[in-house]
Amino acid sequence: MANEAVEIVGPDAGKIETREMTLNMGPQHPSTHGVLRIVLTLSGERVLNAECIIGYLHRGVEKIAESRNYHSFIPYTDRLDYMAGMSNNLSYVMAVEKLLDLEAPERAQYIRVICAELSRIAGHIVAIGASALDLGAMTVLLYGFRDREMVLDLFEMICGSRMTVNYMRIGGVSGDATEMFLKKCREFIDYLPKGLAEYEQLLTNNRIWLKRTKDVGKISAKDAIALGLGGPNLRAAGVNRDLRRDEPYLVYDKLDFRVPLRENGDVFDRYIIRIWEMRESIKIIRQCLDQMPEGPFIAQETKYSFPDRDKVKTDMESMIHHFKLVMHGITPPKGEVYFGLESPKGELGMYLVSDGGGKPYRLKIRSPSFVNLESLNTMCKDELIADVVAVIGSLDPVMGETDK
Amino acid sequence: MIEFVLGNALIMILIKSFIAVGIVFSLPLPFTWIERKIAGHIQVRPGPMRVGFHGVLQPFADGLKLFLKEDIIPDGADKFLFRVAPYLTLIPYIAIFVAIPVAGNAYLSDMNVGVLYVLAIGGLSIYGIILGGWASNSKYALLGGLRAAAQMISYEVAMGFAVIGVIMMAQSLNMREIVEAQGGGILSWNIMPHKQLIGFYIFLVAGFAESNRIPFDIPEGEGELGGGFHTEYSGMRFSLFAMAEYAAMFSICAIGTVLYLGGWHAPHPALDVIPGFIWFIIKVVCFVYIFMWVRFSWPRYRYDQLMALGWKFLIPLGVANVLVTGLFIMLW
Repeated sequence: MANEAVEIVGPDAGKIETREMTLNMGPQHPSTHGVLRIVLTLSGERVLNAECIIGYLHRGVEKIAESRNYHSFIPYTDRLDYMAGMSNNLSYVMAVEKLLDLEAPERAQYIRVICAELSRIAGHIVAIGASALDLGAMTVLLYGFRDREMVLDLFEMICGSRMTVNYMRIGGVSGDATEMFLKKCREFIDYLPKGLAEYEQLLTNNRIWLKRTKDVGKISAKDAIALGLGGPNLRAAGVNRDLRRDEPYLVYDKLDFRVPLRENGDVFDRYIIRIWEMRESIKIIRQCLDQMPEGPFIAQETKYSFPDRDKVKTDMESMIHHFKLVMHGITPPKGEVYFGLESPKGELGMYLVSDGGGKPYRLKIRSPSFVNLESLNTMCKDELIADVVAVIGSLDPVMGETDK
Repeated sequence: MIEFVLGNALIMILIKSFIAVGIVFSLPLPFTWIERKIAGHIQVRPGPMRVGFHGVLQPFADGLKLFLKEDIIPDGADKFLFRVAPYLTLIPYIAIFVAIPVAGNAYLSDMNVGVLYVLAIGGLSIYGIILGGWASNSKYALLGGLRAAAQMISYEVAMGFAVIGVIMMAQSLNMREIVEAQGGGILSWNIMPHKQLIGFYIFLVAGFAESNRIPFDIPEGEGELGGGFHTEYSGMRFSLFAMAEYAAMFSICAIGTVLYLGGWHAPHPALDVIPGFIWFIIKVVCFVYIFMWVRFSWPRYRYDQLMALGWKFLIPLGVANVLVTGLFIMLW
């Protein structure tokens, strides 16, 4: 609509001077999901331009990777997208495995899929809850946290920590999924549809929510592709792409699931896609629980993966391997590799360069939140300030991942 | 002595003022706790639990904290207006309570233009909000203040139209007489469909907007404006704004009770054994509960949608309501 300052018509024409206003939103702001800063150029309350300024949470994770051996970088990946630590872990270890040409045993692959989908559920719950909170609907967030708590309890059960999980290992996972975990996991996915129905009851048919989200922050499929949008945000714009189906990794090709798709590309579609994706995640987890085979949870490849803890104390060979792995780390062959997976936010890719030494020569993280934020300006143009908040919430950026 | 006090107009005015001020200053204390408890139970959590039994002393702890906080006046603010704005917001709501009859013989002032007085004084509180937003020298506060100005003025109009229906039914502007016209059980309350249900609906929606609460808390807009007009306020001045919001909510609920819920009348004449002021309090509390319930269930409207709702829907509906009411009164 307005591309310059408001034009005054009528008897006052030419007498009143209007100016654009620059409004600084963040890094301290309740709805910028952390330390995102946006410089808004406004005409009245209408947004003419929204410029993202990032870097307030920059910790130099990629550089740190160059001074850690391959194993000891895993905990750092937890802190990228801290809402879905498992996916980050997974993306990194899968990249290293691709470099080593190593494959995790089947049971480990199923456990990984379960954990990745659980973290997708946790991430989407926070995304929906936080964006609803930004628009004033506080209760959805707390209902969401009630359910996310169960996911975190499951993570605690399987690996001992809740958010910064550090669970994936090169060649498998750090510990087996116990019978207790599998039972609780099944209870959780049996329960979750009820929780989702509650969020939907509060939002999906709420007239105010529809008014605030329908046709707000629209993006076309063409723009979405051009700006590299990913994950639910991309599928909400009508682009049918999901790495789990298009470039299957782990055991996703053995699982039967649907990729939800919408075509408007507005805030509402991005919300509803997340709800539907959680339903699909439930389906995936259920299949994994049914199909999961017995077997080792980590590759028996002593050069790359840690030997059994008990054996280290009794078996000479194991102790030597353990010592070598701890002191020198693994030494993958020279080469470079890219591995991307479908994280809750979009395509999370790790580009790893090895010079044959014990540490990565270079690690580049293609973080979906960073790329998604680039379309903020396109979505916010000609919307109102209140819509900027809705758009940020629907993009679901996590600053840990954006700033790296 | 008693005769002297009762006879002396000045002393009576002073006593009445103290009562009105006392009501407004003491109500937020229990009700912040109640609101937080209600919020907690709606949101599957216990709410405040630490200070006192089930957190009953929490409001005192909060009050003490706010009292001890540094009172920051931002650089470049208009110091005088910045200081005075919270009072300008709060005082009108104290003044409103003067005109509200709690029971047939319990009122501070029996004005023959009570309804007009309430609407007029209530409208004054906008000044405090606009000035607070303006004087802060902050863009967020300014936007909040501007929104408040537009929102409260347009909803004042809608509320006025809603109230006209009631005035026509009672043939009086006196709040006590309006209540008396609704005597004789729940069927003669103005909320009933054959009376002023549509008027009540408009009044309720406009009341939400007048008291700046979700779904119409756009001047505050904590999601987007980070507090709106009171972004820059801290300490006691901030708590005066918070208190004004509560006072606004109570005054809307009390006015609504008087105009639509039959004031101090019992739902059935047989229940008149219970004193009128208890009925009044029960009704106000139920009314307040609706406000809280809505707050924790719904998202917030957007500024332009709110204006559209007010001007394109509520005001025409209010006018139609007045016309229909007039027609019925003529035909009956």
